[in-house]
Amino acid sequence: MTTEELKNATVAKSVDARGTACPGPLLAAKKAIGEIESGEIMEILSADEGTKHDIPRWCNKMEHDFLGMVEEDSFTRLFLKKA
Amino acid sequence: MQEDLQLQIQQLQQQVEKLQKSVTKMQNSRKDQLSIACVSGDMDKILATMIISIAAASMDTKVKIFFSFWALSALRDKNKNPKGKDFISKMFGIMLPKGKNQLKLSNMNMAGMGPMMIKYLMKKHNVLSLDEMFKAAGELGVEIIVCEMSMDLMGFKKEEFIDYPYFKYAGAATFVTDAGESAAQLFV
Repeated sequence: MTTEELKNATVAKSVDARGTACPGPLLAAKKAIGEIESGEIMEILSADEGTKHDIPRWCNKMEHDFLGMVEEDSFTRLFLKKA
Repeated sequence: MQEDLQLQIQQLQQQVEKLQKSVTKMQNSRKDQLSIACVSGDMDKILATMIISIAAASMDTKVKIFFSFWALSALRDKNKNPKGKDFISKMFGIMLPKGKNQLKLSNMNMAGMGPMMIKYLMKKHNVLSLDEMFKAAGELGVEIIVCEMSMDLMGFKKEEFIDYPYFKYAGAATFVTDAGESAAQLFV
């Protein structure tokens, strides 16, 4: 998905994990994914650099669809679609 | 003629059973499981163990940490005072850190200045504290296996360990068999 498409996507759940460092965002994502339905989109906000690599790997393993990320000023939005 | 056939069928059945057994064994040899043998009681090494465990458990990998020797200090609860220890056990109890918040650093300990600085930095960088990490690990179902032999050796009692939902007491053979089934093994 392009950045524009991601910015306009309907997000079922937004997880703000900017206040935690590795492995906090992953932990937050794991907790939140149970609260949405299959096929819905979740976004994770993270200020942790490592998360940019960790979340796609986690998606790959859990078979969620990693849609891409959008860089903001001091953090990153990571988007995924639940399997 | 019929007897011959029956014998052949019997032999085939035996072969199938043998194959089934080896297939199960092979399937079990690479479970989505992480086994960690943690023998260090240094704060940095316990931190690394917990971070890796939480990351793995978040990815639905089954995690089993085998706590042995110096690492057992990290599992002590500073508010618990078990009775009935002999003299040497009491001495060990006094000399060893009482819980995860009293651990030393393997480098730059500087008489306790190092751990204080690390704790300050961890807070500043929003890293979970060891207390929070053990709580998260418990919520994720990370199993902690306490080596009974080193527990006895160091004079620790079950009553002085922290409250943790997945505590187990076992010996080295448990770690060896668990590790043999795991896709990844670590020694800390």
